Amino acid sequence: MSVNLTLVLVASVLVGAGAYLFLSRSLIRALMGFLLMGNGVNLFFVIGSGPPGSPPIVGAEDGGPMADPIPQALVLTAIVITLAMTAFVLALAHRSWQVARDDLVPDDTESARIHARSEAEDGDEEAYDETDDTTGEEAR
Amino acid sequence: MVVLPLIGAGLTLAAARRTAVQRAVSLTVLVGMTGMAAVLLWAADTQGPQVVFVGGWTATEGIVLVVDRLAALMIIVSSVVMLAVLSYSIGQGASSFDEESDGQSPLPVFHPALLVLAAGVTTTFISGDLFHLYVGFEMLLSASFVLLTLGGTVERVRAGTTYVLVSLLSSLIFLAAIGLVYAATGTINLALLSERLGEISLGTVALLNLMLLIGFAVKAAVFPMSGWLPESYPTAPAPVTAVFAGLLTKVGVYAMIRTQTLLFPQARFDDLLLVAALLTMIVGILGAIAQDDIKRMLSFTLVSHIGFLIFGIALGSTHGLASAIFYVIHHITVQTTLFLVLGLVERVGGSSDTTKLGDLARISPVVGVLFFIPAMNLAGIPPFSGFLGKVGLVQAGVEQGSWLALVLVAGSVLTSLLTLYAVARVWGRAFWSENVAGVTGRGPLRGGHHMALGAGVLVPTAALVVVGLALTVLAGPLFDVATRAAADLTLRDPYLVAVLGDGGRP
Repeated sequence: MSVNLTLVLVASVLVGAGAYLFLSRSLIRALMGFLLMGNGVNLFFVIGSGPPGSPPIVGAEDGGPMADPIPQALVLTAIVITLAMTAFVLALAHRSWQVARDDLVPDDTESARIHARSEAEDGDEEAYDETDDTTGEEAR
Repeated sequence: MVVLPLIGAGLTLAAARRTAVQRAVSLTVLVGMTGMAAVLLWAADTQGPQVVFVGGWTATEGIVLVVDRLAALMIIVSSVVMLAVLSYSIGQGASSFDEESDGQSPLPVFHPALLVLAAGVTTTFISGDLFHLYVGFEMLLSASFVLLTLGGTVERVRAGTTYVLVSLLSSLIFLAAIGLVYAATGTINLALLSERLGEISLGTVALLNLMLLIGFAVKAAVFPMSGWLPESYPTAPAPVTAVFAGLLTKVGVYAMIRTQTLLFPQARFDDLLLVAALLTMIVGILGAIAQDDIKRMLSFTLVSHIGFLIFGIALGSTHGLASAIFYVIHHITVQTTLFLVLGLVERVGGSSDTTKLGDLARISPVVGVLFFIPAMNLAGIPPFSGFLGKVGLVQAGVEQGSWLALVLVAGSVLTSLLTLYAVARVWGRAFWSENVAGVTGRGPLRGGHHMALGAGVLVPTAALVVVGLALTVLAGPLFDVATRAAADLTLRDPYLVAVLGDGGRP
């Protein structure tokens, strides 16, 4: 099966850019990343559905090859689900803005406390920087 | 099975201002589901897998719902647990989820969200194709997002953010995997897939398997991807955490069992899974020991014990799978019970932090007993069901006999001992230490009155403890059913014939 190279490239760029944004601490940026990745994945579905054809509706085709209807149904469902999730994340970001005036993901206080305790027991200045980094990553 | 809770969710949402109506509807729905699950279990056990072709389409193009023994077992356990959690949340009065207000304002969204969660979990268990599985996941995820961020306090928003983002990412990986599966085979029906995957190259199958595994492993909180769980669970109110702990991760485990046995009997990552299981056990339990807060401790043991389940799946033998299935059932019940009891502890002691608790055994012996039994069950002290499940896993590991399996056997014994240590530590500090913090046993002050214990919360918790004990008493028959379910899984034939007809026999 030959696939459309342009579509593959577009999908890859979407997923790549999305992944980059997703790793950001800002909730809205992460949401944008999620949207880009979601569209990229949907595009993969379309690529995987094989060569394009006339619309997959009985009675509407002009005798040519019909497109595969199942991936289209799947993508449609996926889009709806993505929309619902987007709505929820937006609400979450809004609430986060309301209560904290900020949409950055903060560190987990309890983890940070346990790290701090182990540092106090070690008394090691070097370990401090390392654990600080790991807490940041966990909370992301 | 799925439509019933969804209708219930709609009704409860419509009756948002009438708590009594909401409660009646949710109770009816869940009792009905439990009854249906019992019938399904009976049917699946005696007459083979039950199949519904939704909309009359054949397996090649339509949605198929399949209930075999494994699915039926999972459904009935989840319904029972949900029922207990629901009665607990009703019993604790006007939903005291909102800690900032007076605790008297009911949050109308709780009941619909719980019912949607029930629908999503059931969908996942009975779906016969990958995409339907994905839809089920998304249903339960969106419901769990709502439940986790109930009330929208600072803490919950923070925890929710982590959880939501991780879940979204894993869903995307899963979705991408589905896309690739479809591109490679032209179907997403599980039964058809299991045949067609045998026809394509082994490398491709391995890639597909790996992507699906990663997607499910994030949901199941297997070690490298488990960081989100202890971050997010402890902030939620007790009934919510209980239902999460019992069900959500197990859904991931269920999906792993299903796909590993049905789709990828030839291209499995057993060694990888075994290593992941070992790391999950050890890292999880070490995390648990480091915690002061009981809720966080329990969340870490939850992660740790997922390792046992993965161990059973990775062994792949009938005995291993049967033990894993038995252990899933045991673990759902016990973990849910423990989190509910923790809700009681919070009500009595005003906190779940062991540094702020003390002498609870004298203040409230009932809570002490209720905590002690499932805690010992979790640690796997004989004669409780946890012990039986673990013995089954260890036996299966020894049977397989590779050095990695033997290392895992050692690891699981070590983990059990460490679990016992962690639980005993909490037990000693919260229930038997001196009462330095001045716990009165009257609970936290909320809205000008104390939240005392009542029959409403005690009875459901006690009922679940009894269910946990009943698992021990009924362990024989239950293990038989689990073994038959596992045999079905390894044979694959019953499932395939049920879905595809006689043409499904390879």
